[in-house]
Amino acid sequence: MGLELFLDLLSQPCRAVYIFARKNSIPFELRIVELLKGQHLSEDFALVNPAQKVPALKDGDFTLTESVAILLYLTRKFQVPDHWYPQELQARARVDEYLSWQHTNLRRHCLRALWHKIMFPVVLGEPVSPEILETTLAELDLTLQILEDNFLQDKAFLVGPHISLADLVAITELMHPVSAGCRIYDSRPKLAAWSQRVEAEVGRPLFQEAHEVILRAGNFPPADPSVKQKLLPRVMAMIG
Amino acid sequence: MGLELFLDLLSQPCRAVYIFARKNSIPFELRPVELLKGQHVKGFLPAGSQQVVPLLKDGDFVLHQSAAILIYLSCKYQVADHWYPADLQARARVHEYLGWHADFIRGTFGVCLWTQVLAPLIGAPVPEEKVTRNRAAVDSALQQLEEQVLGDKAFLAGPQLTLADLLALEELMQVVALGRDVFAGRPRLAAWRGRVEAALGADLCREARGPILNILEQAAGRQLPQPPAEFRHRMLLRLSRIP
Repeated sequence: MGLELFLDLLSQPCRAVYIFARKNSIPFELRIVELLKGQHLSEDFALVNPAQKVPALKDGDFTLTESVAILLYLTRKFQVPDHWYPQELQARARVDEYLSWQHTNLRRHCLRALWHKIMFPVVLGEPVSPEILETTLAELDLTLQILEDNFLQDKAFLVGPHISLADLVAITELMHPVSAGCRIYDSRPKLAAWSQRVEAEVGRPLFQEAHEVILRAGNFPPADPSVKQKLLPRVMAMIG
Repeated sequence: MGLELFLDLLSQPCRAVYIFARKNSIPFELRPVELLKGQHVKGFLPAGSQQVVPLLKDGDFVLHQSAAILIYLSCKYQVADHWYPADLQARARVHEYLGWHADFIRGTFGVCLWTQVLAPLIGAPVPEEKVTRNRAAVDSALQQLEEQVLGDKAFLAGPQLTLADLLALEELMQVVALGRDVFAGRPRLAAWRGRVEAALGADLCREARGPILNILEQAAGRQLPQPPAEFRHRMLLRLSRIP
């Protein structure tokens, strides 16, 4: 059995891994794990990955979780073009810096925007107060400002003139609030232009395909009560 | 000007960077930045940088984020391989830990300094439910850390000491310094701590932790600087973000 990637394209980190593997023609078996059906909590999946998380990579006996770890593993093992994760020390440090910052900043706020706007109220039937939603969207706004002012600035891509893992992780994260109906690019022409460049580099067909699931977020049906019961505690721990 | 490290040893990731640089005899100028005095927003950090510590400056090159700084130092100064192994799978385990750490440790273990020292310092109220919630989050993280992350391994990312252990331990020590022994009743974590500190050296650990280990005493003795008025707003915002 070759490389297996356990993914649900509902999840932002899964999308980044999927796009990266496909873009670089990395051969893999796609194993879909549907989070909204609680499939990640099944006994079968626990045998594959005791952490019960996606994305997960299985390469022979080696199982790996955490999207940044997976992306870097794929980068090194399959010797992808240098611009994704440059060999040059300082250029690479810039990517490491972004990948570290994003986890507790952009990712967090993009996740909360989607969950507070759509997933809790519509899918899980858990109402979210207007105050909480407003705070969440305000925090997202602050983070987008940092993304533009401290990372993108006047560069073509987040860490330099070429696309890197930083851009892929960022764009897939931003698709969470976009899919929830947040018009994040309206007043941010620089960021909008960057997003177009990233999509063009990835290739629009692949980008659209990876985002097919999340773009339907506005129309997700309510979850089954039994599934909701299983998901809610873990979701609460994740959203925090 | 050679390598400069802008650090406040009250901060967990700053201690990790400090310990790493000293342990590996990396030559650097220490640029102390006192967060309590708001120095990070008052011009003590390089112009145009994000106003956060730890921060590295190497000539014109400025870098934030402790993980990125530690990786940069590892590679530039060609430290012993175990810190950030060249082996594909071993290195992946370090990054796997860092991902988990971002979700469950970062943020969570720093709350106690805010609720026990910084909020009282500026007379800001702390809802009891936030303290309770944080304690539960800390407990849950410790259990996962011991049982799933560390398990039967000697160190967090494998059989050898890595950057992961350094970052994790200083987070746990933050809670210890604020008065709660997180190692009590957790023998595997306690043994891991022993191994990490034996490798680093007790003197270096003690030196790095001097300020944080003293913080409760200083607070009680009213010896802490009063944060500047213009900084209060930012502190209140930070407090409001505690879940």
